[in-house]
Amino acid sequence: MSERKIRVLIAKPGLDGHDRGAKVVARALRDAGMEVIYTGLRQTPEMISEAALQEDVDAVGLSILSGAHMALVPRVLELLKANGQEHVKVFLGGIVPDEDVPLLLNLGVIGIYGPGTLSDTYVSAIRKAILATAA
Amino acid sequence: MDLADGILAGDRLALARTLSLVENGTDEGKSILSILYPHTGKAHLVGVTGASGTGKSSLVNQLARYYRNPAPDWQPRRVAIVAVDPTSPFTGGAILGDRIRMRDLAGDSGVFIRSMATRGSLGGIASATSAVAQVLDAAGYDLILIETVGAGQSEVDIARLAHTTIVVEAPGFGDDIQAIKAGILEIADVLVVNKADLPGVENTERALRGSLNLAHPLPHRFMHHGMIEIVPEQTAASAVNEPLWVPPILRTVALDGTGIPKLVEAISNHRLHLETTGGWEQRERWRLQTELDLLLQTTLMDEFRLSLPEGAYEHALQDMFERRMSPFQAIEKLIDRSRGRA
Repeated sequence: MSERKIRVLIAKPGLDGHDRGAKVVARALRDAGMEVIYTGLRQTPEMISEAALQEDVDAVGLSILSGAHMALVPRVLELLKANGQEHVKVFLGGIVPDEDVPLLLNLGVIGIYGPGTLSDTYVSAIRKAILATAA
Repeated sequence: MDLADGILAGDRLALARTLSLVENGTDEGKSILSILYPHTGKAHLVGVTGASGTGKSSLVNQLARYYRNPAPDWQPRRVAIVAVDPTSPFTGGAILGDRIRMRDLAGDSGVFIRSMATRGSLGGIASATSAVAQVLDAAGYDLILIETVGAGQSEVDIARLAHTTIVVEAPGFGDDIQAIKAGILEIADVLVVNKADLPGVENTERALRGSLNLAHPLPHRFMHHGMIEIVPEQTAASAVNEPLWVPPILRTVALDGTGIPKLVEAISNHRLHLETTGGWEQRERWRLQTELDLLLQTTLMDEFRLSLPEGAYEHALQDMFERRMSPFQAIEKLIDRSRGRA
């Protein structure tokens, strides 16, 4: 029995305290058969990258509504790389203005899923991105 | 770098990768485990179990904090945490949320936290939890805290794995009849009444004390998924001679750390007790025996299935379904067919 389970870390970096969206996404990924590690509110990029390392996750989802995404996301990507985890897929949820989207995708974020995104959209995108590297 | 060498050299990425390989039951994981096995057997395995919402994760957080920053005459210990949460029986997915309560431990390289889903096991831990603990043991963690899923009455597998089992209760979780039922209270080496700042703590403590007085002295006999454990004669005899360990009942408030030094003291007292009475060795033997039995079961089962002619298993199942054969007759027939008779 060597079934490959997809493991995803869902984290809320920064100082906003609204995690309804993060919980909805966590639950949708769970219902898609993934193991979701939820870290709770007010995480620093250092805490997130450390958790991603210890849990050996395939993907990290960041929920940010504070507007600090252009500071927090590059930092998380940098730390993942420094830890030897450049293969980990990073996706975003929350509030990201349109003009920042291409910048973030350029940095290597695999997708940005704001309010109203259907769960099928991100579930299949995340699974596809992970299985593409694993193969 | 080779993963096993990496783990022994303290590489955390190698450790995390290996834990996944072992958890997924891969051949690579098994061969790394075989290399690491001689380096295991040093860590103190401490189980933390109890009902959902009694504060297990918060308590584990405080325990790990204390072991990292102990009283001045103590050495800080390296702590690994294995936190188990349930897998959904319908989708196979899981939400692992124990880390939420463990944020105080972030940034400390002497702590390693790993979340696990049960992946279908019903005993309160996952079937790979023991192997995961072995890898962490080989990686040099002195203390391995294993937090079970929210356990009710019969999720007692942790007692077979851990040297010391802490059962966590909280005020307002049922009357004294709950306390005298079989199962989880019997496996406690240390009983903790957490949330001791809430009203009703005296009642909870009294009920626990009452049930303990009824329960001791009793020899520990472990049941595993309905299997009755046959205790080898010489260990059964030594168990009788061994001075009795009466589980202490301690009050804690995991939110602010009240009572944690006392709890840590009780854990080390229990270890000392096990070491001086031969109980440590006995538990190690029990644990290894369970592990060997389980592995034998799954391996023999796989081999047996392969030895059957194609369709024989499904055929027997169908016969049972149509009431042409009892389960016992089906077994006899399957064994005959695997040996090439009938």
